[in-house]
Amino acid sequence: MTVDAVFVLVASALALGTPLLFAALGELVSERAGVLNIGVEGVMLTGAFAGFLGCWTTGSPVVGMAAAGAAAMLLGLVLAIWVVGFDADQVVAGAALNILALGVTGVAYRAVFGVTGAALTVPTFQPLAIGGDMPWLAPFRQPLPVYAALALVPLVWVVLARTRLGLALRAVGEAPDAAASLGIRVGAMRVGAILVAALLAGIGGGCLSLAYSNTFVEGMSAGRGFIALAIVVFGRWRPLGILAGALLFGAASAGQFQLQAAGVAVSYHLLLMLPYVLTLAVLAFASGTATAPAALGRRRAE
Amino acid sequence: MRIAARLRALVVPMAACIAAVLASSMILLAAGADPLHALGTLVAGALGDRFALADTLIKTCPLLLTGLAVAIAFRSGVWNIGAEGQLLMGALAATAAASLVGALPAALVVPLTLAAGVAAGACWAAIAAVLKVRRNVSEVIATIMLNFVAARLVGFAVHGPLMESAARYPQSDPLPAAARLPATTDGLHMGILLALLLVPAAWFVLYRSQLGFRWRATGDNPEATRIAGLAPDHAMLAAMLVSGGLAGLAGAVEVTGLTGRLFEQFSGGQGYTAIAVALLARLHPVGVAASALFFGALAAGSGAMQRSAGVPAVFVAIVQATVILALLVADSPWLARARIKTSPAARSAEAA
Repeated sequence: MTVDAVFVLVASALALGTPLLFAALGELVSERAGVLNIGVEGVMLTGAFAGFLGCWTTGSPVVGMAAAGAAAMLLGLVLAIWVVGFDADQVVAGAALNILALGVTGVAYRAVFGVTGAALTVPTFQPLAIGGDMPWLAPFRQPLPVYAALALVPLVWVVLARTRLGLALRAVGEAPDAAASLGIRVGAMRVGAILVAALLAGIGGGCLSLAYSNTFVEGMSAGRGFIALAIVVFGRWRPLGILAGALLFGAASAGQFQLQAAGVAVSYHLLLMLPYVLTLAVLAFASGTATAPAALGRRRAE
Repeated sequence: MRIAARLRALVVPMAACIAAVLASSMILLAAGADPLHALGTLVAGALGDRFALADTLIKTCPLLLTGLAVAIAFRSGVWNIGAEGQLLMGALAATAAASLVGALPAALVVPLTLAAGVAAGACWAAIAAVLKVRRNVSEVIATIMLNFVAARLVGFAVHGPLMESAARYPQSDPLPAAARLPATTDGLHMGILLALLLVPAAWFVLYRSQLGFRWRATGDNPEATRIAGLAPDHAMLAAMLVSGGLAGLAGAVEVTGLTGRLFEQFSGGQGYTAIAVALLARLHPVGVAASALFFGALAAGSGAMQRSAGVPAVFVAIVQATVILALLVADSPWLARARIKTSPAARSAEAA
């Protein structure tokens, strides 16, 4: 592999890792508040559809992205009502969210666009080149969302680790009853965390239809939401670890494309398996000692 | 009191179904379809005539088997979201096995083919179970990842080693006739009888055997089970193996009874629907039979609805999701508190 190819690999790892980074950072915020959102996959799918719809209607990817975030937060609100309001089991509610998103995006797509064979396309975020067009600058010719995702990493870190809000959020995730006794409003914190998580997962989904590709396909999130869940475990519930995880998975997907392009004689289907097998391998080695927030996934009534 | 509890166990799921159908109809209305017309074609497509009924039963069969699989796992406190992958591995193994054992005496072919499916499903579930017990990996994520891997493996198989000898389409050769389950002219195959026989069997194991007791104890309180010396890890492993085996059987039955060959997109998401089936059944095997029939009818009807009312069949997913959400509301401790406050016992306690 030449040096240039390495830069190209880094560039595409960044691009492919961006939807995962958004979703995983959102999931981090939610999990730190003690809410496990299995529904990220559905939220991403909803973001991808709403982003596509918004952009198709207005011709602007920025408006599309806003629509992606708004629709995702709507779905997040459903989760918040069920998990915080009804104190529902988080795994079951999240699973319902995934199924709901699959159904709603499928029905809405047919309702808006009919049953056309041709793939509809929309304008997308164009690459913003930082610096010149030297080969080693390839990683810095990316659409706006990629830079935004990278900027979010220190932001999330500062908020979680260095602010009162972050401290309260982590308290809610570690010991909700103790936090409540200190006057922290556990329910409100969790609703906020779920909505932020949904917003970010929705933007991650929007990246799929507005940056990563220029169209919407039913079920296009293709398990990325679940991979984002795994990245949070891999990153040990820390923003920098999550950045590393997202880049690793981005690189795995990019490498899979490069192997295909290079004509390596491995079945395409086996290459497609790579990210999922990698997730399992990573979990097998990362889960043993990882320290999840103590109240993660627990119902208040327990 | 007992009667009231039993009545509640029946009324709550029914109310959830009604609420779900109403909520889904509103979504149809929002999408610009006529919900009454759509639901009418759905009911006709599910129950309207002999063919519709046969189709409903055909669609019920895999849901019944995977529903039992999910119910047993959930009851044991293991979140097996992987029935989809286990079903696919069962179908894959059954297809491969059928071509290997097809020449053996006929009485052996079907049992061996189905056994291969059971074994493959159990092995696939065992991966997640071992990761959970030994490496503390969330079985939710592991089983979902294994679903994706299984789908790619099926894709690989039908493009590669199992591709039909004509090599034109990504599908396997038809199964040898000896490996096919007997079926009526409507396509209704023996699998549904097999699935129905497994309902009392699952009930017996869950509620009348020592293993089932350990499963339920583990599902209710793994810590207490550990302290009582009942090895919850082993109970979870066993539950996952049985659960995976049932889902694998569903795949083997589909390929030997219905499709007769393996292809890409072999499963229409039955493994995921199974979650709704099991939850609607309140994780009870007898309930699974009823809720599998409900979702089987929905699946059969939705095809008809797509053809004649133009509402995409994926609409069924909305019904599934709203059923689950409605059940979660019914189970909310918030409602339970309200119920305790208004129960006669609470009132007399207050008066005292």
